[in-house]
Amino acid sequence: MKKTIITVVGKDTVGIIAKVCTYLAQNNVNILDISQTIVDGFFNMMMVTDTANASKEFGALSAELKEVGDQIGVVIMCQHEEIFDMMHRI
Amino acid sequence: MINIFEVNETNKMISEENLDVRTITLGISLLDCIDTDLEVVNRKVYEKITRLAKNLVATGQEIEREYGIPIVNKRISVTPIAMVGASACRTSEDYVTLACTLDKAAKEVGVNFIGGYSALVSKGMTTGDELLIRSIPQALAKTERVCSSVNVGSTKCGINMDAVRLLGDVVLQAAEYTKENDSLGCAKLVVFCNAPDDNPFMAGAFHGVTEADAIINVGVSGPGVVKRALEKVRGENFEVLCETIKKTAFKVTRVGQLVAQEASRMLGIPFGIVDLSLAPTPAIGDSVADILCEIGLEYAGAPGTTAALALLNDQVKKGGVMASSYVGGLSGAFIPVSEDQGMIDAVKAGALTMEKLEAMTCVCSVGLDMIAIPGDTPATTIAGIIADEMAIGMINQKTTAVRVIPVIGKGVGEMVEFGGLLGYAPIMPVNQFSCEAFVNRGGRIPAPIHSFKN
Repeated sequence: MKKTIITVVGKDTVGIIAKVCTYLAQNNVNILDISQTIVDGFFNMMMVTDTANASKEFGALSAELKEVGDQIGVVIMCQHEEIFDMMHRI
Repeated sequence: MINIFEVNETNKMISEENLDVRTITLGISLLDCIDTDLEVVNRKVYEKITRLAKNLVATGQEIEREYGIPIVNKRISVTPIAMVGASACRTSEDYVTLACTLDKAAKEVGVNFIGGYSALVSKGMTTGDELLIRSIPQALAKTERVCSSVNVGSTKCGINMDAVRLLGDVVLQAAEYTKENDSLGCAKLVVFCNAPDDNPFMAGAFHGVTEADAIINVGVSGPGVVKRALEKVRGENFEVLCETIKKTAFKVTRVGQLVAQEASRMLGIPFGIVDLSLAPTPAIGDSVADILCEIGLEYAGAPGTTAALALLNDQVKKGGVMASSYVGGLSGAFIPVSEDQGMIDAVKAGALTMEKLEAMTCVCSVGLDMIAIPGDTPATTIAGIIADEMAIGMINQKTTAVRVIPVIGKGVGEMVEFGGLLGYAPIMPVNQFSCEAFVNRGGRIPAPIHSFKN
Protein backbone atom coordinates (compact mmCIF):
# COMPACT_ATOMS: atom_id res chain seq x y z
CA MET A 1 0.00 0.00 0.00
CA LYS A 2 1.31 3.45 -0.92
CA LYS A 3 -0.93 6.06 0.62
CA THR A 4 -1.27 9.31 -1.29
CA ILE A 5 -3.28 12.28 -0.13
CA ILE A 6 -5.14 14.14 -2.85
CA THR A 7 -6.49 17.56 -1.94
CA VAL A 8 -8.89 19.62 -3.98
CA VAL A 9 -9.44 23.29 -3.13
CA GLY A 10 -11.44 25.82 -5.09
CA LYS A 11 -14.81 27.30 -5.95
CA ASP A 12 -17.63 24.80 -5.54
CA THR A 13 -19.19 23.57 -8.76
CA VAL A 14 -21.10 20.55 -10.10
CA GLY A 15 -19.13 17.38 -10.74
CA ILE A 16 -15.80 18.02 -8.99
CA ILE A 17 -15.80 14.71 -7.12
CA ALA A 18 -17.12 12.87 -10.18
CA LYS A 19 -14.35 14.14 -12.42
CA VAL A 20 -11.57 13.41 -9.92
CA CYS A 21 -12.94 9.94 -9.14
CA THR A 22 -13.33 9.10 -12.82
CA TYR A 23 -9.69 9.99 -13.42
CA LEU A 24 -8.58 7.89 -10.44
CA ALA A 25 -10.66 4.90 -11.57
CA GLN A 26 -9.18 5.09 -15.07
CA ASN A 27 -5.71 4.96 -13.58
CA ASN A 28 -6.35 2.17 -11.08
CA VAL A 29 -6.01 4.32 -7.97
CA ASN A 30 -8.08 3.00 -5.06
CA ILE A 31 -9.88 5.52 -2.84
CA LEU A 32 -9.69 4.63 0.86
CA ASP A 33 -11.39 7.64 2.39
CA ILE A 34 -12.98 10.90 1.33
CA SER A 35 -13.78 13.91 3.48
CA GLN A 36 -15.16 17.18 2.30
CA THR A 37 -15.97 20.53 3.82
CA ILE A 38 -16.63 24.13 2.85
CA VAL A 39 -14.14 26.61 4.39
CA ASP A 40 -14.75 30.35 3.84
CA GLY A 41 -17.02 29.51 0.91
CA PHE A 42 -14.35 27.36 -0.72
CA PHE A 43 -14.74 23.70 -1.56
CA ASN A 44 -12.17 21.60 0.33
CA MET A 45 -11.82 17.90 -0.30
CA MET A 46 -9.26 15.40 0.89
CA MET A 47 -8.95 11.87 -0.43
CA VAL A 48 -6.79 9.17 1.04
CA THR A 49 -5.85 6.91 -1.84
CA ASP A 50 -3.69 3.90 -2.51
CA THR A 51 -1.41 4.46 -5.49
CA ALA A 52 0.58 1.23 -5.13
CA ASN A 53 -1.08 -0.33 -8.20
CA ALA A 54 -1.60 2.86 -10.17
CA SER A 55 -1.08 2.50 -13.89
CA LYS A 56 1.11 5.60 -14.01
CA GLU A 57 4.09 6.93 -12.11
CA PHE A 58 3.53 9.39 -9.28
CA GLY A 59 4.92 12.33 -11.23
CA ALA A 60 2.56 11.69 -14.18
CA LEU A 61 -0.46 11.17 -11.91
CA SER A 62 0.28 14.36 -10.09
CA ALA A 63 0.71 16.40 -13.27
CA GLU A 64 -2.43 14.98 -14.92
CA LEU A 65 -4.55 15.55 -11.82
CA LYS A 66 -3.36 19.14 -11.81
CA GLU A 67 -4.61 19.42 -15.39
CA VAL A 68 -7.99 17.94 -14.41
CA GLY A 69 -8.13 20.61 -11.71
CA ASP A 70 -7.26 23.36 -14.17
CA GLN A 71 -10.17 22.28 -16.39
CA ILE A 72 -12.72 22.57 -13.57
CA GLY A 73 -11.12 25.62 -11.94
CA VAL A 74 -9.84 24.01 -8.73
CA VAL A 75 -6.36 23.31 -7.37
CA ILE A 76 -5.55 19.62 -7.05
CA MET A 77 -2.45 18.45 -5.19
CA CYS A 78 -1.02 14.99 -4.75
CA GLN A 79 1.31 14.30 -1.83
CA HIS A 80 2.66 11.21 -0.14
CA GLU A 81 0.99 10.75 3.21
CA GLU A 82 4.24 10.84 5.24
CA ILE A 83 4.57 14.63 5.20
CA PHE A 84 1.30 14.94 7.13
CA ASP A 85 2.05 12.02 9.43
CA MET A 86 5.45 13.44 10.28
CA MET A 87 4.05 16.85 11.08
CA HIS A 88 0.94 15.89 13.02
CA ARG A 89 1.74 12.54 14.68
CA ILE A 90 4.49 11.78 17.15
CA MET B 1 -5.82 8.63 10.18
CA ILE B 2 -4.84 12.14 9.12
CA ASN B 3 -7.82 14.47 8.91
CA ILE B 4 -8.66 17.23 6.48
CA PHE B 5 -7.82 20.03 8.93
CA GLU B 6 -4.31 18.73 9.48
CA VAL B 7 -3.80 18.37 5.75
CA ASN B 8 -5.06 21.90 5.21
CA GLU B 9 -2.81 23.25 7.96
CA THR B 10 0.28 21.74 6.36
CA ASN B 11 -0.64 22.88 2.87
CA LYS B 12 -1.43 26.36 4.06
CA MET B 13 2.02 26.59 5.66
CA ILE B 14 3.51 25.71 2.29
CA SER B 15 1.30 27.82 0.04
CA GLU B 16 0.71 30.91 2.16
CA GLU B 17 3.37 31.03 4.85
CA ASN B 18 6.51 30.23 2.85
CA LEU B 19 7.26 26.93 4.58
CA ASP B 20 10.07 25.32 2.67
CA VAL B 21 13.14 23.21 3.08
CA ARG B 22 15.85 25.77 2.59
CA THR B 23 18.59 23.44 1.52
CA ILE B 24 19.69 19.87 1.05
CA THR B 25 23.45 20.06 1.40
CA LEU B 26 25.61 17.13 0.42
CA GLY B 27 28.80 17.10 2.46
CA ILE B 28 31.73 15.48 0.65
CA SER B 29 35.10 14.64 2.11
CA LEU B 30 37.96 15.49 -0.23
CA LEU B 31 40.69 14.15 2.06
CA ASP B 32 41.27 11.22 -0.32
CA CYS B 33 41.92 13.68 -3.17
CA ILE B 34 45.12 14.98 -1.58
CA ASP B 35 48.20 14.67 -3.78
CA THR B 36 51.48 16.49 -4.30
CA ASP B 37 50.64 17.16 -7.94
CA LEU B 38 48.18 20.04 -8.32
CA GLU B 39 46.75 18.73 -11.58
CA VAL B 40 46.00 15.39 -9.96
CA VAL B 41 44.28 17.09 -7.01
CA ASN B 42 42.13 19.16 -9.35
CA ARG B 43 41.16 16.11 -11.38
CA LYS B 44 40.35 13.99 -8.32
CA VAL B 45 38.31 16.76 -6.70
CA TYR B 46 36.27 17.29 -9.84
CA GLU B 47 35.69 13.58 -10.33
CA LYS B 48 34.66 12.90 -6.74
CA ILE B 49 32.21 15.80 -6.52
CA THR B 50 30.57 15.12 -9.86
CA ARG B 51 30.34 11.39 -9.11
CA LEU B 52 28.74 11.72 -5.66
CA ALA B 53 26.52 14.71 -6.43
CA LYS B 54 25.40 13.52 -9.86
CA ASN B 55 21.81 12.86 -8.73
CA LEU B 56 21.54 15.46 -5.97
CA VAL B 57 19.46 18.01 -7.85
CA ALA B 58 17.19 15.42 -9.48
CA THR B 59 16.61 13.74 -6.12
CA GLY B 60 15.71 17.05 -4.53
CA GLN B 61 13.22 17.72 -7.30
CA GLU B 62 11.67 14.28 -6.93
CA ILE B 63 11.14 14.83 -3.20
CA GLU B 64 9.56 18.20 -3.96
CA ARG B 65 7.14 16.48 -6.32
CA GLU B 66 6.26 13.63 -3.98
CA TYR B 67 5.56 15.70 -0.89
CA GLY B 68 4.58 19.01 -2.42
CA ILE B 69 7.20 20.85 -0.37
CA PRO B 70 9.57 23.28 -2.08
CA ILE B 71 13.26 22.55 -1.61
CA VAL B 72 14.78 25.90 -2.43
CA ASN B 73 18.46 25.01 -2.71
CA LYS B 74 20.55 21.98 -3.42
CA ARG B 75 24.14 22.55 -2.36
CA ILE B 76 27.48 20.93 -1.69
CA SER B 77 29.99 21.40 1.10
CA VAL B 78 33.51 20.01 0.96
CA THR B 79 36.51 19.49 3.24
CA PRO B 80 38.29 22.79 3.91
CA ILE B 81 40.35 23.32 0.76
CA ALA B 82 43.33 24.68 2.73
CA MET B 83 43.94 21.08 3.84
CA VAL B 84 43.13 19.45 0.52
CA GLY B 85 45.57 21.68 -1.36
CA ALA B 86 48.30 21.97 1.25
CA SER B 87 50.77 19.50 -0.30
CA ALA B 88 50.19 20.63 -3.88
CA CYS B 89 49.78 24.40 -3.66
CA ARG B 90 52.91 26.56 -3.54
CA THR B 91 51.24 29.89 -4.23
CA SER B 92 47.85 31.55 -3.73
CA GLU B 93 47.26 31.20 -7.49
CA ASP B 94 47.59 27.44 -7.09
CA TYR B 95 44.72 27.52 -4.61
CA VAL B 96 42.64 29.60 -7.01
CA THR B 97 42.79 26.74 -9.54
CA LEU B 98 41.05 24.58 -6.91
CA ALA B 99 38.34 27.23 -6.49
CA CYS B 100 37.82 27.17 -10.25
CA THR B 101 37.55 23.39 -10.15
CA LEU B 102 34.91 23.58 -7.40
CA ASP B 103 32.99 26.13 -9.45
CA LYS B 104 33.14 23.93 -12.53
CA ALA B 105 31.95 20.88 -10.58
CA ALA B 106 29.09 22.90 -9.02
CA LYS B 107 27.93 24.01 -12.44
CA GLU B 108 28.22 20.48 -13.82
CA VAL B 109 25.91 18.99 -11.17
CA GLY B 110 23.61 22.04 -11.09
CA VAL B 111 23.97 23.20 -7.47
CA ASN B 112 23.78 26.94 -6.83
CA PHE B 113 26.53 27.13 -4.20
CA ILE B 114 29.48 25.01 -3.13
CA GLY B 115 31.02 25.76 0.26
CA GLY B 116 34.36 24.78 1.70
CA TYR B 117 36.92 27.15 0.22
CA SER B 118 37.91 27.37 3.83
CA ALA B 119 40.67 27.28 6.40
CA LEU B 120 40.48 26.38 10.09
CA VAL B 121 43.02 28.54 11.87
CA SER B 122 41.67 29.12 15.37
CA LYS B 123 45.11 28.64 16.90
CA GLY B 124 47.57 29.09 14.09
CA MET B 125 47.97 29.19 10.34
CA THR B 126 49.97 26.67 8.34
CA THR B 127 51.63 27.89 5.14
CA GLY B 128 48.76 26.36 3.19
CA ASP B 129 46.15 28.07 5.37
CA GLU B 130 47.74 31.44 4.86
CA LEU B 131 48.09 30.98 1.10
CA LEU B 132 44.41 30.04 0.91
CA ILE B 133 43.26 33.00 2.99
CA ARG B 134 45.30 35.37 0.84
CA SER B 135 43.81 33.79 -2.30
CA ILE B 136 40.18 34.29 -1.20
CA PRO B 137 39.59 37.68 -2.91
CA GLN B 138 40.85 36.36 -6.21
CA ALA B 139 39.01 33.05 -5.84
CA LEU B 140 35.68 34.77 -5.11
CA ALA B 141 36.14 37.19 -8.00
CA LYS B 142 37.01 34.42 -10.45
CA THR B 143 34.21 32.04 -9.51
CA GLU B 144 30.46 32.32 -9.32
CA ARG B 145 29.24 29.63 -6.94
CA VAL B 146 32.14 29.06 -4.56
CA CYS B 147 31.67 30.12 -0.93
CA SER B 148 34.49 30.71 1.48
CA SER B 149 34.81 30.65 5.26
CA VAL B 150 37.60 30.94 7.79
CA ASN B 151 37.37 29.80 11.40
CA VAL B 152 39.61 32.13 13.40
CA GLY B 153 38.66 31.30 16.96
CA SER B 154 37.11 28.81 19.36
CA THR B 155 36.23 28.49 23.02
CA LYS B 156 38.86 25.76 23.30
CA CYS B 157 41.71 27.63 21.60
CA GLY B 158 41.08 31.37 21.87
CA ILE B 159 41.28 33.78 18.95
CA ASN B 160 43.97 33.89 16.31
CA MET B 161 44.42 37.65 16.07
CA ASP B 162 46.98 37.39 13.25
CA ALA B 163 44.27 35.73 11.15
CA VAL B 164 41.70 38.31 12.27
CA ARG B 165 44.01 41.13 11.19
CA LEU B 166 44.75 39.44 7.88
CA LEU B 167 41.03 38.94 7.22
CA GLY B 168 40.43 42.65 7.66
CA ASP B 169 42.57 43.12 4.55
CA VAL B 170 41.09 40.10 2.78
CA VAL B 171 37.50 41.30 3.22
CA LEU B 172 38.39 44.73 1.83
CA GLN B 173 40.30 43.21 -1.05
CA ALA B 174 37.41 40.84 -1.86
CA ALA B 175 35.18 43.91 -1.97
CA GLU B 176 37.62 45.74 -4.26
CA TYR B 177 37.91 42.76 -6.66
CA THR B 178 34.13 42.60 -7.07
CA LYS B 179 33.36 46.33 -6.91
CA GLU B 180 31.54 46.22 -10.27
CA ASN B 181 28.88 44.06 -8.59
CA ASP B 182 28.42 46.04 -5.36
CA SER B 183 31.30 44.07 -3.76
CA LEU B 184 29.31 40.84 -3.98
CA GLY B 185 32.42 38.75 -3.24
CA CYS B 186 32.11 39.58 0.46
CA ALA B 187 28.62 38.07 0.57
CA LYS B 188 30.31 34.73 -0.03
CA LEU B 189 32.89 35.03 2.73
CA VAL B 190 32.19 34.25 6.40
CA VAL B 191 34.59 34.56 9.33
CA PHE B 192 33.69 32.19 12.17
CA CYS B 193 34.32 31.47 15.81
CA ASN B 194 33.33 27.91 16.89
CA ALA B 195 32.31 26.95 13.33
CA PRO B 196 30.23 23.75 13.27
CA ASP B 197 31.43 20.85 11.10
CA ASP B 198 27.99 20.06 9.72
CA ASN B 199 26.38 23.40 8.88
CA PRO B 200 24.28 23.09 5.69
CA PHE B 201 23.75 26.86 5.24
CA MET B 202 25.86 29.03 2.95
CA ALA B 203 28.11 30.87 2.80
CA GLY B 204 29.62 29.17 5.86
CA ALA B 205 29.11 25.50 5.01
CA PHE B 206 32.09 23.17 4.91
CA HIS B 207 32.45 19.44 5.46
CA GLY B 208 34.36 19.04 8.70
CA VAL B 209 37.27 16.64 9.02
CA THR B 210 35.43 14.71 11.73
CA GLU B 211 32.67 13.81 9.25
CA ALA B 212 32.15 10.64 7.19
CA ASP B 213 33.02 10.37 3.50
CA ALA B 214 29.68 11.79 2.39
CA ILE B 215 26.66 12.96 4.33
CA ILE B 216 23.27 14.59 3.79
CA ASN B 217 22.50 17.64 5.92
CA VAL B 218 19.23 19.48 5.66
CA GLY B 219 18.37 23.05 6.62
CA VAL B 220 14.74 23.87 7.28
CA SER B 221 13.20 27.27 7.49
CA GLY B 222 9.83 28.83 8.14
CA PRO B 223 9.82 32.29 9.75
CA GLY B 224 6.50 32.94 7.99
CA VAL B 225 4.91 29.95 9.70
CA VAL B 226 6.02 31.13 13.16
CA LYS B 227 4.84 34.68 12.43
CA ARG B 228 1.40 33.46 11.36
CA ALA B 229 1.07 31.19 14.40
CA LEU B 230 1.95 34.11 16.69
CA GLU B 231 -0.69 36.32 15.08
CA LYS B 232 -3.24 34.02 16.68
CA VAL B 233 -1.89 34.57 20.23
CA ARG B 234 -1.54 38.36 20.25
CA GLY B 235 -1.68 39.78 23.78
CA GLU B 236 -1.26 36.38 25.47
CA ASN B 237 1.41 35.90 28.13
CA PHE B 238 4.94 34.56 27.64
CA GLU B 239 3.96 30.98 28.45
CA VAL B 240 1.47 30.88 25.59
CA LEU B 241 3.91 32.72 23.31
CA CYS B 242 6.75 30.27 23.99
CA GLU B 243 4.54 27.19 23.68
CA THR B 244 3.27 28.41 20.31
CA ILE B 245 6.80 28.93 18.97
CA LYS B 246 7.86 25.51 20.24
CA LYS B 247 4.96 23.66 18.66
CA THR B 248 5.44 25.45 15.36
CA ALA B 249 9.19 24.78 15.34
CA PHE B 250 8.43 21.10 15.98
CA LYS B 251 6.14 20.87 12.96
CA VAL B 252 8.54 22.70 10.68
CA THR B 253 11.48 20.55 11.74
CA ARG B 254 9.51 17.33 11.17
CA VAL B 255 9.33 18.21 7.49
CA GLY B 256 13.11 18.65 7.45
CA GLN B 257 13.58 15.28 9.10
CA LEU B 258 11.37 13.61 6.49
CA VAL B 259 13.18 15.26 3.60
CA ALA B 260 16.58 14.39 5.08
CA GLN B 261 15.63 10.73 5.50
CA GLU B 262 14.19 10.50 2.00
CA ALA B 263 17.17 12.21 0.39
CA SER B 264 19.50 9.94 2.31
CA ARG B 265 17.62 6.81 1.21
CA MET B 266 17.32 7.84 -2.42
CA LEU B 267 20.96 8.89 -2.77
CA GLY B 268 22.34 6.03 -0.68
CA ILE B 269 24.27 8.53 1.45
CA PRO B 270 23.94 8.59 5.26
CA PHE B 271 21.80 11.21 6.97
CA GLY B 272 23.84 13.67 9.00
CA ILE B 273 21.79 16.33 10.72
CA VAL B 274 18.82 18.62 10.42
CA ASP B 275 19.63 22.27 11.02
CA LEU B 276 16.46 23.72 12.47
CA SER B 277 17.06 27.33 11.63
CA LEU B 278 14.63 30.14 10.99
CA ALA B 279 16.28 31.47 7.87
CA PRO B 280 14.63 34.53 6.34
CA THR B 281 14.54 35.54 2.68
CA PRO B 282 13.80 38.96 1.20
CA ALA B 283 10.32 37.67 0.24
CA ILE B 284 7.42 39.36 2.03
CA GLY B 285 6.24 37.24 4.95
CA ASP B 286 9.51 35.32 5.26
CA SER B 287 11.15 37.51 7.88
CA VAL B 288 12.60 36.89 11.35
CA ALA B 289 12.32 40.63 12.13
CA ASP B 290 8.57 40.37 11.50
CA ILE B 291 8.39 37.67 14.21
CA LEU B 292 10.12 40.06 16.63
CA CYS B 293 7.53 42.70 15.74
CA GLU B 294 4.74 40.18 16.25
CA ILE B 295 6.20 39.40 19.69
CA GLY B 296 5.62 43.06 20.48
CA LEU B 297 8.29 45.38 19.09
CA GLU B 298 7.61 48.34 16.85
CA TYR B 299 10.76 47.54 14.87
CA ALA B 300 13.59 45.05 15.27
CA GLY B 301 16.22 46.99 17.20
CA ALA B 302 13.83 48.59 19.70
CA PRO B 303 14.58 48.02 23.41
CA GLY B 304 13.50 44.47 24.21
CA THR B 305 14.82 43.11 20.91
CA THR B 306 17.62 41.09 22.49
CA ALA B 307 15.23 39.49 24.97
CA ALA B 308 12.66 38.73 22.28
CA LEU B 309 15.32 37.19 20.06
CA ALA B 310 16.76 35.16 22.95
CA LEU B 311 13.34 33.75 23.68
CA LEU B 312 12.68 33.01 20.01
CA ASN B 313 16.03 31.32 19.47
CA ASP B 314 15.63 29.15 22.56
CA GLN B 315 12.07 28.06 21.83
CA VAL B 316 12.98 27.19 18.24
CA LYS B 317 15.70 24.88 19.57
CA LYS B 318 13.43 23.35 22.20
CA GLY B 319 10.66 22.64 19.71
CA GLY B 320 12.99 21.40 17.02
CA VAL B 321 15.21 19.12 19.06
CA MET B 322 12.54 16.50 19.61
CA ALA B 323 11.43 16.62 15.99
CA SER B 324 14.67 15.28 14.55
CA SER B 325 16.85 12.31 15.42
CA TYR B 326 20.00 14.37 14.89
CA VAL B 327 20.06 18.12 15.22
CA GLY B 328 23.17 20.07 14.32
CA GLY B 329 24.58 22.91 12.29
CA LEU B 330 23.64 26.36 13.49
CA SER B 331 20.04 25.69 14.58
CA GLY B 332 18.33 28.86 15.75
CA ALA B 333 17.22 32.19 14.35
CA PHE B 334 19.31 33.91 11.68
CA ILE B 335 19.40 37.69 11.64
CA PRO B 336 20.91 38.72 8.31
CA VAL B 337 20.12 42.27 7.31
CA SER B 338 19.96 42.23 3.52
CA GLU B 339 18.10 38.92 3.38
CA ASP B 340 15.23 40.01 5.63
CA GLN B 341 12.72 42.67 4.60
CA GLY B 342 11.81 43.44 8.22
CA MET B 343 15.48 44.04 9.12
CA ILE B 344 15.94 46.27 6.07
CA ASP B 345 12.89 48.30 7.13
CA ALA B 346 14.26 48.57 10.68
CA VAL B 347 17.60 49.93 9.40
CA LYS B 348 15.82 52.40 7.13
CA ALA B 349 13.66 53.59 10.03
CA GLY B 350 16.78 54.16 12.14
CA ALA B 351 15.74 51.51 14.68
CA LEU B 352 18.61 49.12 14.10
CA THR B 353 22.32 49.90 14.42
CA MET B 354 25.51 47.86 14.20
CA GLU B 355 25.85 47.98 17.97
CA LYS B 356 22.36 46.59 18.53
CA LEU B 357 23.00 43.91 15.95
CA GLU B 358 26.14 42.95 17.85
CA ALA B 359 24.12 42.60 21.04
CA MET B 360 21.58 40.47 19.20
CA THR B 361 24.32 38.12 18.03
CA CYS B 362 24.93 37.11 21.65
CA VAL B 363 21.61 35.29 21.58
CA CYS B 364 20.93 34.48 17.90
CA SER B 365 22.23 31.41 16.13
CA VAL B 366 25.13 33.00 14.28
CA GLY B 367 26.35 36.58 14.02
CA LEU B 368 26.71 39.83 12.10
CA ASP B 369 25.34 38.73 8.78
CA MET B 370 24.95 40.40 5.41
CA ILE B 371 25.59 43.90 6.68
CA ALA B 372 26.61 46.49 4.10
CA ILE B 373 29.10 49.06 5.42
CA PRO B 374 30.83 52.01 3.72
CA GLY B 375 33.51 51.06 1.20
CA ASP B 376 36.07 53.38 2.83
CA THR B 377 35.97 51.48 6.15
CA PRO B 378 39.63 50.78 7.12
CA ALA B 379 40.81 47.15 7.17
CA THR B 380 41.76 47.56 10.82
CA THR B 381 38.18 48.55 11.69
CA ILE B 382 36.84 45.46 9.87
CA ALA B 383 39.36 43.39 11.83
CA GLY B 384 38.08 45.06 15.02
CA ILE B 385 34.47 44.18 14.16
CA ILE B 386 35.56 40.59 13.54
CA ALA B 387 37.52 40.47 16.81
CA ASP B 388 34.50 41.70 18.81
CA GLU B 389 32.21 39.11 17.29
CA MET B 390 34.75 36.30 17.77
CA ALA B 391 35.11 37.29 21.43
CA ILE B 392 31.34 36.95 21.93
CA GLY B 393 31.49 33.44 20.47
CA MET B 394 34.57 32.40 22.41
CA ILE B 395 33.31 33.53 25.80
CA ASN B 396 29.72 32.36 25.34
CA GLN B 397 30.66 28.99 23.85
CA LYS B 398 28.54 29.61 20.79
CA THR B 399 29.05 29.94 17.07
CA THR B 400 29.45 33.52 15.92
CA ALA B 401 30.30 34.85 12.50
CA VAL B 402 30.91 38.00 10.53
CA ARG B 403 29.78 38.57 6.97
CA VAL B 404 30.08 42.28 6.31
CA ILE B 405 30.24 43.86 2.88
CA PRO B 406 32.27 47.06 2.56
CA VAL B 407 30.68 48.38 -0.63
CA ILE B 408 33.38 50.11 -2.62
CA GLY B 409 32.40 53.55 -3.86
CA LYS B 410 29.28 53.80 -1.71
CA GLY B 411 28.56 55.48 1.60
CA VAL B 412 26.09 55.48 4.49
CA GLY B 413 22.43 55.49 3.48
CA GLU B 414 22.98 54.36 -0.10
CA MET B 415 21.36 51.08 -1.18
CA VAL B 416 23.10 48.01 -2.53
CA GLU B 417 21.45 45.23 -4.47
CA PHE B 418 22.92 41.72 -4.22
CA GLY B 419 20.11 39.95 -6.02
CA GLY B 420 18.15 36.76 -5.37
CA LEU B 421 18.26 35.24 -1.91
CA LEU B 422 21.06 37.63 -0.90
CA GLY B 423 18.63 40.57 -1.12
CA TYR B 424 19.43 44.26 -0.82
CA ALA B 425 20.51 46.56 2.00
CA PRO B 426 21.03 50.12 3.06
CA ILE B 427 24.67 50.84 4.00
CA MET B 428 25.01 51.16 7.76
CA PRO B 429 27.37 53.51 9.59
CA VAL B 430 30.38 52.05 11.40
CA ASN B 431 31.98 53.52 14.53
CA GLN B 432 34.63 55.96 13.28
CA PHE B 433 37.15 55.59 16.11
CA SER B 434 40.31 53.60 15.48
CA CYS B 435 41.31 50.18 16.85
CA GLU B 436 44.48 50.06 14.76
CA ALA B 437 46.92 49.73 17.64
CA PHE B 438 44.83 46.92 19.13
CA VAL B 439 44.46 44.71 16.06
CA ASN B 440 48.06 45.30 14.98
CA ARG B 441 49.52 43.83 18.16
CA GLY B 442 49.90 40.38 16.57
CA GLY B 443 49.66 36.94 18.12
CA ARG B 444 46.60 35.37 19.66
CA ILE B 445 44.13 35.83 22.47
CA PRO B 446 44.52 32.88 24.87
CA ALA B 447 41.75 30.35 25.46
CA PRO B 448 39.21 31.54 28.05
CA ILE B 449 39.24 30.16 31.59
CA HIS B 450 36.08 28.11 31.14
CA SER B 451 37.71 26.08 28.37
CA PHE B 452 39.79 24.23 30.96
CA LYS B 453 37.37 21.47 31.73
CA ASN B 454 39.66 18.47 31.54
